[in-house]
Amino acid sequence: MANDDIVARIEANPKYHELVSKRTSYSIFMSILMIIAYYGYILLIAFNKEWLGTPLAPGMVMTIGIPLGVGVIVFTIAITNVYVRKANSDFDEMTAEVIKEANQK
Amino acid sequence: MISQSMRNSLLLAAGVLAAGSALAAGADLGNTTKQATNWVAIAMFGIFVAVTLGITKWAAARTKSAADFYTAGGGITGFQNGMAIAGDYMSAASFLGISGLVFANGFDGLIFSIGWLVGWPVITFLMAERLRNLGKFTFADVAAYRFAQVPMRSFAATGSLVVVAFYMIAQMVGAGQLIKVLFGLEYTVAVIIVGVLMMCYVLFGGMTATTWVQIIKAIMLLTGATFMALAVLFQFGFNPEALFAKAVEVHSKHQAIMAPGALIKDPVSAISVGMALMFGTAGLPHILMRFFTVPSAKEARKSVGWATTWIGYFYILTFIIGFGAIVMLTQDPAAYYVPKMVDGVQAVGADGKPVWDGLRGGGNMAAIHLSNAVGGNVFLGFISAVAFATILAVVAGLTLSGASAVSHDLYATVFKHGNADSASELRVSKITTVCLGIIAVFLGIAFEKENVAYMVMLAFAIACSANFPVLFMSVLWKDCTTKGAVAGGIVGLVLSVGLTILSASVWEAVLKNPKGSAWFPYSSPALFSMTAAFLVIYLVSKMDNSAQAKLERSLYPAQKVRSETGLGAATASGH
Repeated sequence: MANDDIVARIEANPKYHELVSKRTSYSIFMSILMIIAYYGYILLIAFNKEWLGTPLAPGMVMTIGIPLGVGVIVFTIAITNVYVRKANSDFDEMTAEVIKEANQK
Repeated sequence: MISQSMRNSLLLAAGVLAAGSALAAGADLGNTTKQATNWVAIAMFGIFVAVTLGITKWAAARTKSAADFYTAGGGITGFQNGMAIAGDYMSAASFLGISGLVFANGFDGLIFSIGWLVGWPVITFLMAERLRNLGKFTFADVAAYRFAQVPMRSFAATGSLVVVAFYMIAQMVGAGQLIKVLFGLEYTVAVIIVGVLMMCYVLFGGMTATTWVQIIKAIMLLTGATFMALAVLFQFGFNPEALFAKAVEVHSKHQAIMAPGALIKDPVSAISVGMALMFGTAGLPHILMRFFTVPSAKEARKSVGWATTWIGYFYILTFIIGFGAIVMLTQDPAAYYVPKMVDGVQAVGADGKPVWDGLRGGGNMAAIHLSNAVGGNVFLGFISAVAFATILAVVAGLTLSGASAVSHDLYATVFKHGNADSASELRVSKITTVCLGIIAVFLGIAFEKENVAYMVMLAFAIACSANFPVLFMSVLWKDCTTKGAVAGGIVGLVLSVGLTILSASVWEAVLKNPKGSAWFPYSSPALFSMTAAFLVIYLVSKMDNSAQAKLERSLYPAQKVRSETGLGAATASGH
């Protein structure tokens, strides 16, 4: 089957392995960042409620926990879109190249 | 009396109930009684129904093949799909439940908002494009890609249907209770209306109609919530500190609403609930299915980027809305609160002011009352119609994914061994849709008086313990085999259901065993059931040396090329 041929050629192309390892390490790195942000916040709540409940500045009502919490939401949105942008430009270019080379040979 | 309202509030907090019923019950202060019929709301909802049925008619003309039915022909753009995913995911429970939780407890509502959002990056980084590249109609296509079809599909279809069933019951009961309060309709009538409408959308319009119902609902919900949040912030010169200061002044818990409260009790529960939310989202069949409606991996990534953006934005709005309700509803307590009656007259506090006993209609009505406070009766009608539309969009998505699990995975692959033609597969989907609609209505009525608060969290626990590990390992681990995946998935399924039954939310709250007698002490089984599922998949696959296992491992490189590059991925259309 022609497709098996192409698969074999892609497998033999070092660029393919570079793509996979680069994208995989990037997504693992991003996942770890997200896990740190989320579980960090949750564990902070579990172990140090007082600190999160401290006012941002003397005389203020807003506590440290509020901008931090909203920050986790904003961070989640940001990190997702950063990944999507990078994958849709850099990684997709590499992918297109790998497929093109496999079809040429 | 465990009143209707208690159940209602538990349920709407359902989304929210991770922390256990104590807190959800705390959010509930008032009575849920059938309200006077709200004609403005009914008229607004009537317009929504007319528009969506019009779209369904248009979609029906374009739903000819099984591919049209499951994936709208694969021609949805990333932005549209992102909106539809947001519409599929943002439930009435998160809108009313989280704003109600903020109204009652302040800060703790924020913790839930975050939890409901963090599953999205996981889907983006690990799943979205691989799903799109490997799958066609259902997530079982992906999980079973290189495995023995019959056992894998049977397992994946079971996992889908179980998740859909629990999620659906929670939505149907919530719909009945909510519509009773908002529209003044009978519970049974409300459940039947929801069942019939969702059946119409899915039966005639398939994925095309479902997608547009979800998009329209998302736009309505985001517009309404944005307006409310802006109206609140406007009052305080767009200065959040001024809003918080006023809220602390008028709230009975004062400064305590600015700090985490009783929501997170022990670290193990916190981690376990967090895992269910973070990884459960990546195992929800009605969400995963949406990734097959776009033409490429690029569009799949765009969808999840947009979905995360809108959902995150929405959760920030619910937080503002909750605080706005604290401030604005106390300005006119007679309109929104139930008087606290002592011997037939309203009680008077030590300060000489009348005492109020919680919100009219229950703790989840905070956002609804706020809509009246900021926009009058017409806007109240609009927000009520949005809440109804929200439920419809979610149940339509659930029905569609249940129907495709039955027709594509069980009928076409397991019973017909892949030899079913598109027409007969489509016919089975439609018959299943009707059956699911009828079952959903019956379950909704049967569970009216039951406590269903645990069901949404259970659906997430099953999704993260059964569906997610199987999907993850089959796509990313070359040594995974059919036996390992099925064994691990079954362990995850059984453990997540079993431990939930043994936990306080079912053992004490539903089965009425004495308080403190629950065997499983944590709020969610995910930490244990998901870990066990991964472990069993690993061990059983490692021990599996059958010829089938060798074949499956040898198929991994080709699967990987396709999942990473999209080479040979199913193209958009089945025409």
